[in-house]
Amino acid sequence: MRSWLPFEWIAAIRFLRDGWMQTIFILAGVSMGVAVIVFMSALLTGLQANFLSRVLSAQAHLVLLPPDEVARPLRAAEGLVQDAVVQRPSQRIRSIDQWQTLLRQMQAMPQVAEATPVASGGALAMRGEASRSITLTGVEPEGYFRIVRLPDSIVAGQPRLTSEDIVIGTDLASEIGVGVGDKLRVTTATGRDATLTVTGLFDLGNRGVNERSTFVALRTAQSLLGLTGGVTSLQITVRDPYAAETVAQLAQGMTGIRADSWIRTNLQFFTAVNAQQTSNTVIRLSVGLSVALGIASVLVVSVVQRSREIGILRAMGARRGQILRVFLIQGGVLGLLGALIGSAAGAGALVAWHASVRQADGSQLFPLIIQPQLFVIAAVLAAVTGVLAAMAPALRAARLDPVVAIRG
Amino acid sequence: MADIGAMAPEVVCLQGVCKSYGVGTPREVEVLHGIDLVLRRGEFCALIGPSGSGKSTMLNLIGLLDRPTAGTLFIEGHDTRRLDDAALTRLRGRSIGFVFQHHHLIGAFTAAENIMMPLLLDRSRPDAAMRRSAERLLDRVGLLPWKDSRVGNLSGGQQQRVAIARALAMSPALVLADEPTGNLDTKSADGVFDLLREMNRESRTTFLIVTHDPRLAQRCDRIVEVVDGRIVADGAVEEFRRIARS
Ligand SMILES: Nc1ncnc2c1ncn2[C@@H]1O[C@H](COP(=O)(O)OP(=O)(O)O)[C@@H](O)[C@H]1O
Ligand SMILES: [Mg+2]
Repeated sequence: MRSWLPFEWIAAIRFLRDGWMQTIFILAGVSMGVAVIVFMSALLTGLQANFLSRVLSAQAHLVLLPPDEVARPLRAAEGLVQDAVVQRPSQRIRSIDQWQTLLRQMQAMPQVAEATPVASGGALAMRGEASRSITLTGVEPEGYFRIVRLPDSIVAGQPRLTSEDIVIGTDLASEIGVGVGDKLRVTTATGRDATLTVTGLFDLGNRGVNERSTFVALRTAQSLLGLTGGVTSLQITVRDPYAAETVAQLAQGMTGIRADSWIRTNLQFFTAVNAQQTSNTVIRLSVGLSVALGIASVLVVSVVQRSREIGILRAMGARRGQILRVFLIQGGVLGLLGALIGSAAGAGALVAWHASVRQADGSQLFPLIIQPQLFVIAAVLAAVTGVLAAMAPALRAARLDPVVAIRG
Repeated sequence: MADIGAMAPEVVCLQGVCKSYGVGTPREVEVLHGIDLVLRRGEFCALIGPSGSGKSTMLNLIGLLDRPTAGTLFIEGHDTRRLDDAALTRLRGRSIGFVFQHHHLIGAFTAAENIMMPLLLDRSRPDAAMRRSAERLLDRVGLLPWKDSRVGNLSGGQQQRVAIARALAMSPALVLADEPTGNLDTKSADGVFDLLREMNRESRTTFLIVTHDPRLAQRCDRIVEVVDGRIVADGAVEEFRRIARS
C-alpha cells in the first residue's frame, strides 16, 4: 500500500488488479476504440490539411473581378416586359475600372496580406505546325509569386518573367515540343502577336493546368490582350484563409465589384468536409458510447462479485461515499489507461500506415499531422467517460445494504 | 472474569427492541419481540438458540448494520435513534469489530492490509503506525510470517485469526462474532475460541459470540439464549450448568 494514496485509490487499483482478466479485456476494448478515433481523426486532419495547402498554394484566397455584363430586359413601361427572352451577352475581356485605386484600397485593409493585379485571357501558342489554345496570365512576379507559389513548382529553368519571357507547363511544352530557351509565338483574338522565350517549365500536379496555364509579365499580357493599362482581376491573399468569404463581402460592399473567395469557389470541398466531419462525429460518439457501455458492464459484474466484500467494508466503517468513489475511480482509471494505450496504438498504426502507403510517384499521400492535444483530449474525455460509465454501478455499490450483502 | 462488577460501564443496552422484516408488505413478520439486554465493559457473552430464532438479526442491530423497528438501542451511551446513517457508520467503524462465519476478508489484499483496513477507512491514508499495529496484531494471533500473503492462500482457521485481528484493529469497545467457529474443524475452532478469550482478557473488550457449539458456550462467562425472537434465559454460565445438571 502506498502511503500517499487514500483508501479509495488503493482499493480501486487493487480491485482492478485482482480481477485482471476483466481488466485486461475491457482495457483492450477501450484502447481499440480510442485507437480508431485517434487514427481516423489524424487521417482526416492530414487529408484536409493536404488538400487545403494544395488549394491555397495554387490560388488566391480572393479574386476581384469586373461585374458580369448583364443584359437588361426591354421594358416599355414600369413593370411591363416586352421581350421575355434575355440572352446573356458573350463576355469579352474587360478590365477593372480604376484598378489602381482599388488595389490600394485592398492593400490598406488590415485583413489583406497581399494584393496583386493580373491580366489574363485566352490566346494561341504556336511553334512550327503545332498550336494549342492557352490561358495567358500576365502577372507582376514579386507580388503574384507570394500568392501562387509558382517558383516551388518549376521543374526546369527559372520563374523569370521579363517582357519577352513566358513560363509554361510541362504538358504544353512536350505537346508542342519546346524546352527552356526555345521561342514560342503567342497570338490573341485581337490579332496581336509576340514571340516569347520559354524561361521555365512548371508542374502544378494537374494535367489540365499544365496544358493550359501560361505566365507572362503583366505588360506583355496587357499589350497582347489589348488591355492597355488595364487588368482583369485583382488577386488577394488574406491573413486568415477561413475569413476569406467575410473579407470578400466586405470588399464587395466597399467597391461594388465582384469578389470571389476560395471558399465559394471550393464549396464542394467544404460540403464534403462537413459531411465527413458529421460522420466522424457520429463514429466518435458511437465508439465512445460502446466504450462507456463496456466499462459499465464490467463494473456492474464487479459490483455483483464483490458485494459481500463491499458489505464487509461497510461493516468496518466505510462510508457510502468511499464505496462510490472506489468504483468511480475504477471507471476513470480504465478510461484513462485505455486512452493512453489506444492513443499510442493509434499513433503507431498511423505512422506505420503512413510509411507504407505512397502515391504513384512515390511521394507521401498526405502530411502526417499528429496533434499532441488530440491525445490530451482523448485521455481527458476517456477518463470522464469512464467515470460517467461507472456512475450506475458505483451508485449500486454505495447503496448496497450491508446486511443483505454480507449474508449473500 | 466472572466478577464483572455491575458497575462496569454499559457498552450495549437494548430496551424493548423489536425487529420486523418486510414492513409495509403482506409478508411483514416480526422476528425479534421486545429484547432487553445490557452488555458491560469486558463481558464475554455467548448468544445461543435454535436456527432461525433471531440471533443474527440481533447482532446486525447491535452492530448498527440495521435499525430496530421499535425500542431503543444504546451503544457506548449513544442513543442510536438520534444518529443518521453517516454517524452510525462512524460509530460502527470506531466502536464495533465484526467476525463473520464466511467470506470475511477482502481477497484483493494481504493479511496485514486486511487488518489495516478499518484504520485506513477511518483515517483515509495508510501510515507506518497502521502497519506496525497490524503487524503487532498479526504477531499476536500467530500469523506474522504470513503478513504479506494474500488471504486466499491461508487456511480457514488462519483466515479467521486474521479476521479476529482485524476486528480488534480499532481497539473497539465491542466485538460481535456470528458463529466464528461454525466453519472450522474442532481443533481450529478451539484455537480460534481460545484466541477470542485471550483477547477479551487482555483488552477488556466486550465480546458477544453467537455459537451453536454448547462446549464453546460453556467456556463463556455469560450465556444469553434466544428462542423465537425472545430471550428465554440469561445468566452466568454456572447457572446454565446447574440447570443442565438438574
Ligand atoms: N432480510 C430478511 N427478510 C425477511 N426475513 C428475514 C430476513 N433476515 C432474516 N429473516 C428471518 O428472520 C428470522 C431470524 O433469522 P436470523 O436472525 O438469521 O436467525 P439465526 O441467526 O438465529 O439463525 C428467520 O425466520 C429468518 O427467516
Ligand atoms: Mg444466524
